[in-house]
Amino acid sequence: MSSPILSLNGLAKSFGALKVTDGVTLDIAPGEIHAVIGPNGAGKTTLIGEITGEVPLDAGTVTFAGQDITRWPVHRRALAGLTRSFQITQVLPGFSVVENVATAAQAHDGSSFSFFRPAATERRLNDRAMTALAQVGLADRARSGAASLSHGEKRQLEIAMALVAEPRLLLLDEPMAGMGREETERMVDVLMALKGRYPMVLVEHDMHAVFRLADRISVLVYGRVIASGTPDQVRADPAVREAYLGEEEFA
Amino acid sequence: MADTALAAPTASPPLWRRWWLPALVFLALAVVPLIWPERFVLGLVSRAMIMGIAALSLDLILGYGAMVSFGHAAFLGLGAYAVAILFEHGIVEAGIAFPVAILVGATFALVTGAISLKTRGVYFIMITLAFGQMAFFTATSLSAYGGDDGLRMFHRSELFGTRILANEATFYFVMLGTLLGCYLLLKAIVASRFGRVLRGAKENERRMRALGFDPFRYRLAAYVISGAICALAGALFANLGLFVAPAYMTWQRSGEFIAMVVAGGMGTLHGAIIGAIGITLIEEWLAELTQHWKAIFGPLVVLVAIFARGGIVRLIDRGGR
Amino acid sequence: MSSTLLIIQTLNGLQLGILLFLIAAGLTLVFGVMDFINLAHGVQYMLGAYLAAMFVAWTGSFVIGLVLALATALAFGLLLEVVVMRHLYDRDHLDQVLATFGLILFLNEGVKIVWGAAPLQVPIPAALSGSIRIADGVLYPVWRLAIIFSGLAVALGLYLVVAKTKVGMLIRAGATNAPMVSALGVDIRRLFMIVFGFGAMLAGFAGSMAAPVFSVEPGMGDNLLILAFVVIVIGGIGSIRGAFIGALLVGLVDTLLRSFSVDLLRMTGLSPSDARTIGPAIASMSIYILMAAVLFFRPTGLFPAKG
Repeated sequence: MSSPILSLNGLAKSFGALKVTDGVTLDIAPGEIHAVIGPNGAGKTTLIGEITGEVPLDAGTVTFAGQDITRWPVHRRALAGLTRSFQITQVLPGFSVVENVATAAQAHDGSSFSFFRPAATERRLNDRAMTALAQVGLADRARSGAASLSHGEKRQLEIAMALVAEPRLLLLDEPMAGMGREETERMVDVLMALKGRYPMVLVEHDMHAVFRLADRISVLVYGRVIASGTPDQVRADPAVREAYLGEEEFA
Repeated sequence: MADTALAAPTASPPLWRRWWLPALVFLALAVVPLIWPERFVLGLVSRAMIMGIAALSLDLILGYGAMVSFGHAAFLGLGAYAVAILFEHGIVEAGIAFPVAILVGATFALVTGAISLKTRGVYFIMITLAFGQMAFFTATSLSAYGGDDGLRMFHRSELFGTRILANEATFYFVMLGTLLGCYLLLKAIVASRFGRVLRGAKENERRMRALGFDPFRYRLAAYVISGAICALAGALFANLGLFVAPAYMTWQRSGEFIAMVVAGGMGTLHGAIIGAIGITLIEEWLAELTQHWKAIFGPLVVLVAIFARGGIVRLIDRGGR
Repeated sequence: MSSTLLIIQTLNGLQLGILLFLIAAGLTLVFGVMDFINLAHGVQYMLGAYLAAMFVAWTGSFVIGLVLALATALAFGLLLEVVVMRHLYDRDHLDQVLATFGLILFLNEGVKIVWGAAPLQVPIPAALSGSIRIADGVLYPVWRLAIIFSGLAVALGLYLVVAKTKVGMLIRAGATNAPMVSALGVDIRRLFMIVFGFGAMLAGFAGSMAAPVFSVEPGMGDNLLILAFVVIVIGGIGSIRGAFIGALLVGLVDTLLRSFSVDLLRMTGLSPSDARTIGPAIASMSIYILMAAVLFFRPTGLFPAKG
């Protein structure tokens, strides 16, 4: 592939005797949606944490857009365009929906060490926020308090917060988790609309969504990548079938 | 489509609704000298206003930044001592002494904040307490400047060479003006981009980092601003009583400031002022009733802590609905 | 700097350390198990002293007076728990700090109302008064040795209870993960009461033992409280072992530096008058500097209970 947007090389992390990440090497191509799947406890969320910088690595390097970001703190990676959504939604509950997104926009709009102008009246930030909210279908809830949103709406809000930052890579940690049929379809539609424009790493359990969205899939089992390729390749892989023995999604 | 309303959690209440309480407070403070021009009353309300400035500075970091500082009285003392010590050495001009006091407060905040803000939770409380104690003990050991007994000033600071601050009414309005100025300044800061990051870090620090913000820098800046403003209050305090002492910097004083902010309503700014005025007046009133006023005041503080969720300001707000 | 003075001050440092441990042990358990910041813990110490003074004068016997004082201190601690503390377990630290601060104001004043503001005297029991010779030319008060030994005995007893009994196991578990303990079906409310009452008794014991040698006056617990907090921050929250080591460390550093700071500074070449000015200030600050240093290298203290 042409230069990968994200390159993971030999990532390793142990908690005591437990090897949570055991030599993960993976490249994410620009523009692709790359799904990471695996049974529970495979270390998927830890992997996201290692990419975003929340989980320090014992070994290995993370390269993003050509730069070695292994030692970078979380906020620096975010500023470089590495955005994420959380498995358990992390919004700013006391802020309104639009202010949540405006804050996300503010991080990429020059200095925040401005002390006198009211941030709430900044037209550019609010417009960008509203655009992102429209993209995820949340524009009509702009003035609501973020705490009052439903579970699915909070997930949409997180996507909006990721989008408004002009991301170079989106890390989505189980965006479909806990959602009903209808909400899942809506989320898939939103992500399909973004397909190609932003490369994504998608950690998900919902196989239906994964096979609709992913260009490539990597399978993580006990901290190792046991298979990586197109959806068809992965579906046919015997090692994968064994890992998922009994799971209906692969039937 | 941009307007202030978009930033409010729900449709923003009309202007008068948001400003009537602070406006009332400042109006009341302004008419006090006209109704009760007695020295005692002016002195008491002056002290209340100075505590109000100190409480405002604490509300910035406590109410908006969730930083529970148990050493905030140190800044009051530092500002007061700066003015008094300069006075001792012949520098009586407020135009020099006050900026120096502010600078001293800001510097102490910068140094201690850079260390303290690396910690969270109870460790932060303890380390700010420790720094407050250090300031207290340093003051008691300054035998050249009175040590435990404190230091007197012979007259108020001169303002651009004049003695106008010696006039009680003038000084009163200087303090009121400073209180109003600090209030408006902090109101602007809290609504600014900077304030938004500070508030966001209080709401969800993990989320703010994931957005690209490093909360440490913003918290440190807030801490420095807070220290500077509190030191200004100290400079005024030294002028009010013409006296400074290490007793200004005890941890009991720091506890009082927290009580003022919480009782008034933290995270509202005018709540801090109301809390400061309220507690100062209650303390004075109780002290008139009995020498054992703390036996009444103590349980009041306990009750405030347990029941006054959101403080007086929110109580008034809810009562109005 | 004579070696006699050094030996005496070291013993004084140990004595302070033991007293601090007795106070800090209850504090660290309450904080570790209930996540509760109790600023009013110093008042428990003060009450122990006042109650001892009162009961000893009443009964004429230190032992009986001590037992009565402990029983009353325990009862009072439980009363506080029921009336005030249990409303605050679910609240954040700010509310706890504020409420217990109010309690300090109330109880310090209350003590003044009941016993007056003047310091009380508690006579050292005759059998343990006087000094003994512990080394060549070194005389040390017997009572202070009694404090050290009784404190060590209590520390040993505490260790045995915490390490070897079922209650102790629950306390250790609670200090590591209280919600889990509750989820496992343990009556967490009763555990809290036990922990709180126990801590109150330890502090009260310290106060009673300290009464004959320290000044029994309003506010006597306040400065020790701050020292105790420094101890548990250094030692690690929720850890008895940490409280023990931290307390000895703080007691020794504080006492020795107070005695020898001036001399030490003069050894570095400072003039006598400068040394005499700076010395006491540095001595007062020394334990805070120690705490800051420990936090710098170990942000959660030396032996934190929660891994």
